[in-house]
Amino acid sequence: MNKTIAEDGVDIATSRVGQALVVTVMDSRIDAAVAIEFKEAVRTEAEAPGNPVILDLSNVTFLDSSGLGAVVAVMKLLGAERRLELSGLTPPVAKVFRLTRMDSVFTIHSEVPGALRATG
Amino acid sequence: MSGRAVSMSESSVGAASRPRTAAGQDWGDASSPRPLFERGFLAADKTTRAVLADLVADLSLAGLTPDDLSNAELVLAEVLNNIAEHAYGKATGPVELRVDLLRAGLGCTISDQGRSLPAGVVPDPELPLIAPPDHLPEGGFGWHIIRCLTADLRYARDGDWNRLSLRIPWAD
Repeated sequence: MNKTIAEDGVDIATSRVGQALVVTVMDSRIDAAVAIEFKEAVRTEAEAPGNPVILDLSNVTFLDSSGLGAVVAVMKLLGAERRLELSGLTPPVAKVFRLTRMDSVFTIHSEVPGALRATG
Repeated sequence: MSGRAVSMSESSVGAASRPRTAAGQDWGDASSPRPLFERGFLAADKTTRAVLADLVADLSLAGLTPDDLSNAELVLAEVLNNIAEHAYGKATGPVELRVDLLRAGLGCTISDQGRSLPAGVVPDPELPLIAPPDHLPEGGFGWHIIRCLTADLRYARDGDWNRLSLRIPWAD
């Protein structure tokens, strides 16, 4: 697993699981204080090959509307050729996607990518 | 809030000391003569984070459930983000936050000296159009989230101050 800690403290790790690139957010919060840095950090990490890109949010226990906007921005940055999918939504994070109906936009995996790897 | 571990005594507090918000909202609840949380600070993203961390710690000690904690954290994050980003914009200024424990939820009052809300009313926007791939909104969700999770939302301009009050009902 490659691990990058950006200067601003947004901590992200990447790994390949099959064809997918798994981008794991190591921080517990994606909020207004880090939304821009988060977007840039994921954009940089997603330069590695792999499709789809699965954003593993299993460590994230708080996401506000700014953080949600950053996730959507990442999806747009990847363009039409590379899908952004989500996994490991904790209850507070899932609630934000549900309330804003953005859960209809993303493929959301209930299992974290480590489990995908374990089952082959 | 039956069965909750909140044990602010049901003391005989007269109507005179009921929590009354600065927006003139009388919560009509005598169970919380003292605020559960009160804090004054300067608006900024990083400060919002620190204040929310302290708030969650205090509410957790008061026995709130995880659902109630996460609702309070999310609602107040959205309100404080709006103040930092829209009321104050590039500048900053004072914010006062008070949270009262009520029978029917958390009563919150948030005051700031930034720009007043547009048209002097609490925004009630439709959810932005979501129709990928052409319409994928990155913003415009804040007030929608606040409205989903609150009741008794009121706003007043009081001299130089914006006074917003709201109640976060207990989660089911």
